[in-house]
Amino acid sequence: MILGADLLRIEDLSISFAMLGGRVDAVRKASLRVSPGKVTALVGESGSGKSVLSQAVMGILPKIAVASGRILFNDPLDDTQTDILKLSHDGPDIRAIRGRRIGKIFQEPMTSLSPLHTIGDQVSEVLTIHEDMSKDERYERTIEMLRLVGFPKPERAFRMYPFELSGGMRQRAMIALALICRPALLIADEPTTALDVTIQAQILRLLKDLQQEFNMAMLLITHDLGVVANVADEVVVIYHGEVMEAGTVEDIFRRPTHPYLKGLMAAVPHFDMKPGERLKALREVPVNASQLLGKSGGKEPPGPEILLSARDLSKSYKVRKAGFFRQPDETPMRAVDGVSFDIRRGECLGLVGESGCGKTTVSKMLMRAVTPDAGSILFHDRQGPIDVLRAEGAQLQRLRSKIQMVFQDPVSSLSPRMTVQNILSEPLEIHKRGTPKSRLEMVSALMEVIGLNSRYLNRYPHSFSGGQRQRIGIARALALGPELLICDEPVSALDVSVQAQILNLLKDLQKDLGLTYLFISHNLAVVDYMADRIAVMCAGRIVELAPREILMGAPVHPYTKSLLAAVPFPDLDRPLDFSALQAANASDMRNWSAPFREDDDGHGLATADLGDGHLVLARNNADVRELRP
Amino acid sequence: MLRYILWRIAVMVPTLLLISMLVFTIIELPPGDYFESYISELRAMGEAADMEEIEALRERYGFDQPAPIRYIQWVGGMLQGDFGYSFEYQLPVSEVVGDRMWLTVLVSFVTILVTWIIAFPIGIYSATHQYSWGDYGLTFLGLLGLAVPNFILALILMYFANIWFGTSIGHLMDQKYLNEPMSWDKAKSILEHLWIPVIIIGTAGTAGMVRRLRANLLDELQKQYVVTARAKGMSPFRALVKYPLRMSLNFFISDIGSILPQIISGAEITAIVLSLETTGPMLIKALQSQDMYLAGSFLMFLAFLTVIGVLVSDIALALLDPRIRLQGGSTK
Repeated sequence: MILGADLLRIEDLSISFAMLGGRVDAVRKASLRVSPGKVTALVGESGSGKSVLSQAVMGILPKIAVASGRILFNDPLDDTQTDILKLSHDGPDIRAIRGRRIGKIFQEPMTSLSPLHTIGDQVSEVLTIHEDMSKDERYERTIEMLRLVGFPKPERAFRMYPFELSGGMRQRAMIALALICRPALLIADEPTTALDVTIQAQILRLLKDLQQEFNMAMLLITHDLGVVANVADEVVVIYHGEVMEAGTVEDIFRRPTHPYLKGLMAAVPHFDMKPGERLKALREVPVNASQLLGKSGGKEPPGPEILLSARDLSKSYKVRKAGFFRQPDETPMRAVDGVSFDIRRGECLGLVGESGCGKTTVSKMLMRAVTPDAGSILFHDRQGPIDVLRAEGAQLQRLRSKIQMVFQDPVSSLSPRMTVQNILSEPLEIHKRGTPKSRLEMVSALMEVIGLNSRYLNRYPHSFSGGQRQRIGIARALALGPELLICDEPVSALDVSVQAQILNLLKDLQKDLGLTYLFISHNLAVVDYMADRIAVMCAGRIVELAPREILMGAPVHPYTKSLLAAVPFPDLDRPLDFSALQAANASDMRNWSAPFREDDDGHGLATADLGDGHLVLARNNADVRELRP
Repeated sequence: MLRYILWRIAVMVPTLLLISMLVFTIIELPPGDYFESYISELRAMGEAADMEEIEALRERYGFDQPAPIRYIQWVGGMLQGDFGYSFEYQLPVSEVVGDRMWLTVLVSFVTILVTWIIAFPIGIYSATHQYSWGDYGLTFLGLLGLAVPNFILALILMYFANIWFGTSIGHLMDQKYLNEPMSWDKAKSILEHLWIPVIIIGTAGTAGMVRRLRANLLDELQKQYVVTARAKGMSPFRALVKYPLRMSLNFFISDIGSILPQIISGAEITAIVLSLETTGPMLIKALQSQDMYLAGSFLMFLAFLTVIGVLVSDIALALLDPRIRLQGGSTK
């Protein structure tokens, strides 16, 4: 082996893009190394150049990119050193390395596989390109690899199409594709970002297992410090294309030196925060809600304690699994199944669950965007209760101004053809509030509240960053002076540093304006930071609802436990317990212990009260003491 | 699949029945019938019409019957393969159409083939070399092809072909072979004449297809799975053909549905300008002279081909795209 023993060594790598009217430097003089058999994590926010860097390693940069420096790949197989940047673009030399010696997996497993070709076709194709094998040998190897990445029936998976698999399974197929030639280096570009937390833990475990089994090095690109702490041996922190800090994972987490890294770590919500502790956003936004106070009426007499109560909400969709070769069978899919909860005035109720568990459907019911099949929702206004599902006319108008929503995607939730001023004053116009002049004053006040200068009122949304756009979305929701704000994954699309800023803004607004939140998220740490009480949803039902400290400290339901166990902490002393992770799907009721399942004797599930407002969904004949851990 | 096809074929029956009613009504709409326009034509030329013969013909073809009965007779005849009688040509419709039909199919088929052969490489080149000089140049040519009306191109080409090559390019063959039985010389003459209509009719189609292929392929080239293919180490060309090109073909397959009827009826104006022996000009003439059986049967044939074409492209789409084959539409 060549001296230095680094599998991959990047020296002074600079990458720039020729854009209209100039050059954009994506990576500036970056150096890093990956040792054989070790995991190097490349950490940074979106736009920091980490993905571009990984593309350069495989020589798959877009044609408009210009790279300089050296990317040395020492192949342990034949002890040769190659400078990947010197190889011709898409030439045979670089193609012999791609897929064979360096594999790559991507963030979004749906789009990174072709929907028109079977899993088997796409995986075994790598062998067709690189290995001299007969068709039968290729089939054998592919089946073996698919079994290795955790397909229970690899022969069946071989003939399946990507869209027939769940997100986690698709990512497994992608891993099989990347590893089938046993590469020396795997580049994983945000491999678990698009996955649910329990699936993420499974994929991380799989990657770690395979990496050790194949003695393969891994360049892990991520923004999640929790993932880094659990998987990486060495860490490189990149910011605006420049390497800020590099070292072993011990050094980085125990003795961070660079202010950016320190700031990044302080900006991530974690479970050990003391009550009242604030996240330190990299760029804090001052909140000035005093201008709004007069209008939202903080001095009015407080209304009833329960602001909104939902009872037995249910909604099922008909899923028609028809196809060309199949008999159509229509089975109703219960998206929301007997959901009941109260939201107290002034609190933040967190709603946690994995994708597809029905949490967004519930929020849409509260907004009357989806009509439930059964159930009732009562909104207790200061002027008396409103039946949300049956409100009409003036009552509905009043309700609309009392419940507002903040959406997940700050890009698509703001019309690109309206200026910020139009966006913010539209709700006021719809509800015929004030005169054009007073509306303009209100809009300026709103901008002040979210910490944006009112000079920006005539700009369009595209000239703002993601965090600023989300703030505009919050301002729009505040325009009518609502009492209840439904926040549907408000920070999921944002970077860690911006996330803290938005969370703090929401917290401050809640305090100053006396707002009530329904905070929906899949991120337990975020909910933990925001919420007073937390409800956990699984397969359309609320399985556990408890005050924050109880739910985080002493969860009872097996699903809540597995959710909590799967969260990776950015803390070296609390590694994920991979061996305890259930290989099977945590949301599958059959994997829950007996008191939480329906049994064959017709004992259904009912909500059991464990005291202190701790509710859990369990078999209706189960003893409360039996449920306690 | 079989179930689906049978169901689709079953649905075709009421569809065609509705179309046949529509066609019949439209043909009946103008006042009078073929014989009345024939008599007035004769009178205009100062000849006396043999009223007795005409009355006999009227009776023979059921023109004295009320419209619903004539409709039933017409549809019933078509079901038995009797497409009626063309008064204009004084021949059964099947014989009038027959000779022209295969010439039309020949012209259209060659045109479509040429369109594909030219459009595919250009479309792929334009998409993979977006905003290059080649892309701009070919795009410009394509827009010219789209913008210039076919019949003007026909006139220009006729003029220059006559001056440069000295051939009269009207008709699909040399004048002397018209109404002659098939022979080697006739076939050669047809091939000699074929390229002009093919180029003229094909330009707009080619240009349109290049644009659509380019747009579809550009969309697909941005997709993540293309990067995956490159990261596997595939050669760029093979990766292009296997993944994005294959994905961008759905529009092309959907087009097959509309191509079928075009094969026998496309490019009427060009055909008139070039006096081609195709079915297009014949249809127009039949509609003008209220030659109802000829026009009606022809329109029905077009409708039939459209329905079949759509079915064929739907089946082909399902075969080629597993998402359509395996994913059921979910309903709320």
